[in-house]
Amino acid sequence: MGGAWLGMAPFTVYVLIFLGLPLYEVIHGAFTSDADQLTLHNFSTIFSSSEYWIPLKNSLILSAWTAGLGAVLGTWLAAAVVATPHGSMLRRVVSSASGVLAYFGGVALAFMLIAAYGRPPGGVLTTWLKDIGIDLYAQGFNISSLFGVGIAYVFFQVPLMVILITPALEGLRPQWQEAAESLGASKLEYARHVAVPVMTPPFLGALLVLFGNAFAAYATVLALVGVTVPLVPAAIEAAINGNVLVNQDRIAFALGVEMILVVSIVMVFYWMVQRRARRWLQ
Amino acid sequence: MSAVGGGPGPGLLAGAALIEEIEEAGAPRPPRRGRQRPKAWRVLILVVAFLFYLIPFAAAVKYSLIQPDGSFGFDNYSQIISNSDVRSSLYTSLEISAISAVAVIAVMLPTVVLVRLRLPKLTLMLEGVTILPLVVPPIVIAAGLAHLQGSAPEWLVRLWFNHPLTGLTPTYVVLAMPFTYRALDTGVRAIDLRTLVDASRSLGASWFTTMVRVILPNVETAVLGAVFLTIAICMGEVVLSSIMLYNGVLPVEMIQIGAQSPGISVAISVLGLVFVFLLLFSLSFIAGRRRGSTSVRVI
Amino acid sequence: MIRFEGVQRQYGSVRALAGLDLEINDGELVALLGPSGCGKTTALRILGGFDHPTAGRLLVDGKDITGVPANKRDMGMVFQAYSLFPNMDVRNNVAFGLRIRREDRATRLKHADDLLELVGLVEHADRYPHQLSGGQQQRVAIARALAIEPKVLLLDEPLSALDARVRAQLRVEIRNLQQRLGITTLFVTHDQSEALSMADRVGVMYAGRLEQLDTPENVYRKPATQFVAEFVGAMNRLPGRVGDAGEVQVLGQRLNMLNPEGRGPGAAVDALLRPEAVSVVRDSAGAGEITQRTFLGASVRLEVTLDGGQRVLVEASSHDAGVTVGSRVGLKILAEAVVVADPGTVAAPEAVPAVV
Repeated sequence: MGGAWLGMAPFTVYVLIFLGLPLYEVIHGAFTSDADQLTLHNFSTIFSSSEYWIPLKNSLILSAWTAGLGAVLGTWLAAAVVATPHGSMLRRVVSSASGVLAYFGGVALAFMLIAAYGRPPGGVLTTWLKDIGIDLYAQGFNISSLFGVGIAYVFFQVPLMVILITPALEGLRPQWQEAAESLGASKLEYARHVAVPVMTPPFLGALLVLFGNAFAAYATVLALVGVTVPLVPAAIEAAINGNVLVNQDRIAFALGVEMILVVSIVMVFYWMVQRRARRWLQ
Repeated sequence: MSAVGGGPGPGLLAGAALIEEIEEAGAPRPPRRGRQRPKAWRVLILVVAFLFYLIPFAAAVKYSLIQPDGSFGFDNYSQIISNSDVRSSLYTSLEISAISAVAVIAVMLPTVVLVRLRLPKLTLMLEGVTILPLVVPPIVIAAGLAHLQGSAPEWLVRLWFNHPLTGLTPTYVVLAMPFTYRALDTGVRAIDLRTLVDASRSLGASWFTTMVRVILPNVETAVLGAVFLTIAICMGEVVLSSIMLYNGVLPVEMIQIGAQSPGISVAISVLGLVFVFLLLFSLSFIAGRRRGSTSVRVI
Repeated sequence: MIRFEGVQRQYGSVRALAGLDLEINDGELVALLGPSGCGKTTALRILGGFDHPTAGRLLVDGKDITGVPANKRDMGMVFQAYSLFPNMDVRNNVAFGLRIRREDRATRLKHADDLLELVGLVEHADRYPHQLSGGQQQRVAIARALAIEPKVLLLDEPLSALDARVRAQLRVEIRNLQQRLGITTLFVTHDQSEALSMADRVGVMYAGRLEQLDTPENVYRKPATQFVAEFVGAMNRLPGRVGDAGEVQVLGQRLNMLNPEGRGPGAAVDALLRPEAVSVVRDSAGAGEITQRTFLGASVRLEVTLDGGQRVLVEASSHDAGVTVGSRVGLKILAEAVVVADPGTVAAPEAVPAVV
């Protein structure tokens, strides 16, 4: 048996060094002062100053609405696709495309949107719209803004939702609807009494994942706007590579712990919801 | 994953779901009962989604074909190779991706097999540890690393942080871990690992041979999916590289060039999206072939 | 009374049902038996309203219900598996149909408990489907279907997903319940023993057609077509020749032909005989030799190889089967009449109008 434990060594060592070390730096740094003493001062700073409250608020709101919109549209799209058979072309295209966007999104997506919705004469679509009389930028729209980031997020939240909710939709056995109908229920009654209650936990779970996803995301922001946008990840970067104030590392770490906390809470809720769902759908 | 477009959660769950979806796409299906007439609500969302995604993509393609002098052409695309900064960053990113992909499989597959065969009690712990890179957003890991980069002794900096290849690859492996673990675990659960290993060992094969010639081929789809997604993560990862000030990788280069010659960046994006799409698309067919006639029907 | 009139179902180039004519009398249990793809499930689903015929009509007590949607048909359906609603406990599952019919809470839950009592599961009323075994789930499904007091009960291979012992037990319970309630029932299965033991009448189907509809005994003893003869139970094919007086000569014995059409004197035919219709007699100068002996508990199955190479299956009770492998035996046919087929052909169905 000793050999087996030894076999775990590579993995363990690797994780300790390359995950444990940075993590330690962050957590240790967040809870200590410059004089290397345990303190909560860093946290009181980030929770009291509006300089750090605003990014947190923005991040939470952004995550919430992009998750909500993505969840609803994604479920709708997934429901439409699930009805087609597995090997069909539509199915393959949608699942591959969803994978591309949900995964590879980030920078490539950002540039795609800049190319399409950038400020005229840069953006192809906005220029065309301006030519036919609809000047979006004059109305205040800007793809390189917080709102633009939100639009970009919806672009990958929807496919992500499709990926996450499809297994649950497929888990809706046709026998349930047929049984319900044989017992006299209309399609609406079936939906109300069976389909919706069964789908609610997976839907909520996926919604939480979408929220966490948006909250922790940063790549798209970098490509689309840069460090100037008021979101938590940007605040962290500013603190680390900061031009304004040097030695803001501890603030960055405290913000990092704040992010870990938010995501952890989301994951806890997710786990709770999953437990309920798994019980039913044995 | 978190480093690319999304945040924590998706990596793990989406990746596994994606693998399953891809496998299912190729599986033989029982005959369907009855025809289904396309309903309005379904057609509507499909049309809307199609337009929503394809129109900006088409716009991006058009944009990428606009050359600096205003005419149409493939200049932006040829620049990918001819522009030395772009070219070198592309190679660096490819190198990093390849090494990361191999490394992550080399570390994770034996570990997954080991836990499944000999140390099943560690399963929960393994799952917990591999969840960590999701719960800890990459930006936070990056912050920790950046601090290390700035405060580490000279020799360590030279060894680890000097070049993006050594600086980024190890952490990319960690970022890819959750997803890879999930995919490999799913793949390993789907086969009868115990029996295969026992049979192989009883015929005299060494552990290495067993792993490479028996286990690996049987979890082909899962490994392919894991490798592919690791590459996608590495090619698109910009958070870590940007915080740690590595300019020689593709995504960072794209952003830098984006200021003066956005056409090139858009061209790269278009190519990247198309390439990744084709990769996933073909993966769904490969997965189908593997399933073949060994499916068991209950009805 | 239920009647299928010329019901057809076509899926593109596939013909699932080719003109089904079938009548089910009140209180009767009719079993549709056949291999996969024969159309039995299609017929059931069409009756339940989950599929629609491409031609023909469905009548219930004289009324045409072909266009009536499933949720207005007043038929209870039990599926093969997975049909219980996972988000409701057993009691609420059973009470579901009553809830749709707007029965108030107290009454419908009481009703549900009564039905659970009927199927013997009232102690499990608070459990959830995933906590029950397969057999228990099916009992709940039956209770749920019966709760709405439907005119007809439809069962789509309800026992196929269960293990053998549970299956045997449930088989009896379902039949008893059906007879007690006197509910008209259509039961689909691919398992012969289920069909033969449970049904008032059995409809054997193949390739979308009804081959024979008759009592279990008649289907077994007097198969109407080659397919029925070979599908139901085991069957021997013994070469014979048609004689002058319309009888057939097999193994040195003269038997009447049940289907003499088109077979003139001198024609070579295969006689279809059940293993239990043949017996062996110890005879050192006999026509064959025992080449295999399989002990089945209550009976013994013997394989006798004749000198010409022909193999015959014989079923004997354990008592009489004192013969051992290698002994020489003679064969005696116990039946008086037999179904014949063209020599060496695989059963090709001959269209037979429904025997009512």
